[in-house]
Amino acid sequence: MEKLNKDKLLLEVKDLHVSFDTYAGEVKAVRGVNFHVNRGETLAIVGESGCGKSVTAQTIMQLIPMPPGKIKKGSIIFDGNDLAKYSDKKMESVRGKEISMVFQDPMTSLNPTMKVGKQIMEGLIKHQKMSKEEAKKRAVEMLKLVGLPTPEKRAEQYPHEFSGGMRQRAMIAIALACNPKLLIADEPTTALDVTIQAQIIELMKDLQIKLDTAIILITHDLGVVAKISDRIAVMYAGVIVESGTSNEIFYKPKHPYTWGLLKSVPRLDLERKERLLPIYGTPPDLFSPPAGCPFAARCDYAMKICKEKYPQKFGITDTHHVHCWLQHEMAPEVKHPLAEGGTN
Amino acid sequence: MLKYTLKRALMAILTIWVVVTITFFLMNSIPGDPFTDQKKIPPEIMEKLEKKYGLDQPLVVQYGKYLKNILKGDLGDSMKYKNRSVNSIIEEGFPVSFKVGMLAIIFAAVVGITFGTIAGLNRAKFFDFLVIILAVIGVSVPSFVFAALFQYVFGVKLKWFPVARWGTPAHYVMPVLALGIGYVAYIARMMRTSMLDVLNQDYIRTARAKGLSSTQVTWRHTIRNAILPIVTILGVSIAGIVVGSFVIENIFAIPGIGKHFVQSITHQDYTLIMGTTVFYAVILVVMMFLIDIFYGIVDPRIRLE
Repeated sequence: MEKLNKDKLLLEVKDLHVSFDTYAGEVKAVRGVNFHVNRGETLAIVGESGCGKSVTAQTIMQLIPMPPGKIKKGSIIFDGNDLAKYSDKKMESVRGKEISMVFQDPMTSLNPTMKVGKQIMEGLIKHQKMSKEEAKKRAVEMLKLVGLPTPEKRAEQYPHEFSGGMRQRAMIAIALACNPKLLIADEPTTALDVTIQAQIIELMKDLQIKLDTAIILITHDLGVVAKISDRIAVMYAGVIVESGTSNEIFYKPKHPYTWGLLKSVPRLDLERKERLLPIYGTPPDLFSPPAGCPFAARCDYAMKICKEKYPQKFGITDTHHVHCWLQHEMAPEVKHPLAEGGTN
Repeated sequence: MLKYTLKRALMAILTIWVVVTITFFLMNSIPGDPFTDQKKIPPEIMEKLEKKYGLDQPLVVQYGKYLKNILKGDLGDSMKYKNRSVNSIIEEGFPVSFKVGMLAIIFAAVVGITFGTIAGLNRAKFFDFLVIILAVIGVSVPSFVFAALFQYVFGVKLKWFPVARWGTPAHYVMPVLALGIGYVAYIARMMRTSMLDVLNQDYIRTARAKGLSSTQVTWRHTIRNAILPIVTILGVSIAGIVVGSFVIENIFAIPGIGKHFVQSITHQDYTLIMGTTVFYAVILVVMMFLIDIFYGIVDPRIRLE
């Protein structure tokens, strides 16, 4: 295990289990997730729809509806305090002030009947105890910071007068207004145009440097991840199957699921044209997840043990970890199928 | 805004004209006339009556004359109530109906919105079920049943309020409650649904993510947005309720104009039918206009250029 530097460590999630009680039974959305975020760095959590990445993110801020959702086990240590034990009331002083969130759909994430400036001011008045005038000034500054021209005018406008990209900028302004230590961006670019996506990512990178904010980026888009993240955690069926630095995940991935993800992204660096390969099948049912590796059923390299026992954590380097039986010394050697493409 | 207002005003006049025209010809197509239900009237007198009210002229001429009169604000003389103009009948009864109706709708709005909001915030809990049950009862039981029940319980048994007739504020209580209770149920249900809808919106999650307390989220973000559909119902409801209720006004012997809407038709009192219809149409159109303006204030998305 990589040594955690206590001074740098901002957030540490340990063995987090989150479930939802439904009429059909208990959905085990997150089943023992471990990760950490250092101050000022960017961690990307990557995975397909329904793998539990958004639930993990929203659980950190206790934004999942509780009930039916509940934190069954585990701890969320933020700056030395366990947020999993915080009451909803106590969380109010963390949300927006210490940790902020940007959501997927900017078209619906802003209140349509409230001026954008006022929506930024709300958090400032609450957390920084600013007067209305101060908060207004700061709101205009924030809009300027996120790159909106004529911020004074924009602050007086309503969300429907903004385009999608501008709204996401406004969302970022709301999130960063109180200078939080951690920004959780839950698919921040998914609902946007490709050209706007790049701008938003650039903006987040920029502001991260200016404000020294750590970012957890939740996405299924590896293209977005490559541009911004320091480290990547690949999530599948409620668990993190592989984690490492961006270079490690992109160039030396070890988990067959990560290979699958990478193969399904178009590449410009190959000379011959390659087909994009989908990962066949669907993720397991989270009502009763399999005992073994959840990916075994879709994995081309699955062995007998994969279906029976959940793989332990194998350390590749100090920073690179993978949960896969292929790393076991008795497993046959499988060559990373992307390597022949000439990546590294 | 001025252009919009003018356009709306023109549309309103057009609407009222259509209502007048359709009512006028439909009414005249009903067999019989205002005088037939009385004892046999000698033909000479009949002729004189028809001449007095202009019924001897061709329908189109009558129609033209009527249009000219209502432009002057003159709704004509009643054919049933001797020596009374339709204007005076409305002037006399409307203030009473208006007061009862407005009080009922204010009662309904305040109670309905409060109940609906609390039910929506406590989904699938005790209060929510209570509101749903009460709302179903309120919507399905007709107002006259409540009226009779109130009269018996609060009037006859407990003697808290006078059973019927008109005068003191105490006379208002039971008619207002009986009239408003159906609207309470309706508004409470709508408000509950609307609250649940808004609570599921992404911007509520954004508001919570800012660290606002649940009270702040509820007041600033939820209720304001949830109340919009209610405004629409309120506008139409107000128009319907201030012109009086035939049933309630009958039961409590209130001298409103509710009864004229029904009785004028059975009496075939042509001018009164037209008068009440035009009056109602005008109120309805004015209410809709006010709602549109109000909407523009509450919801910036439909603010008009």
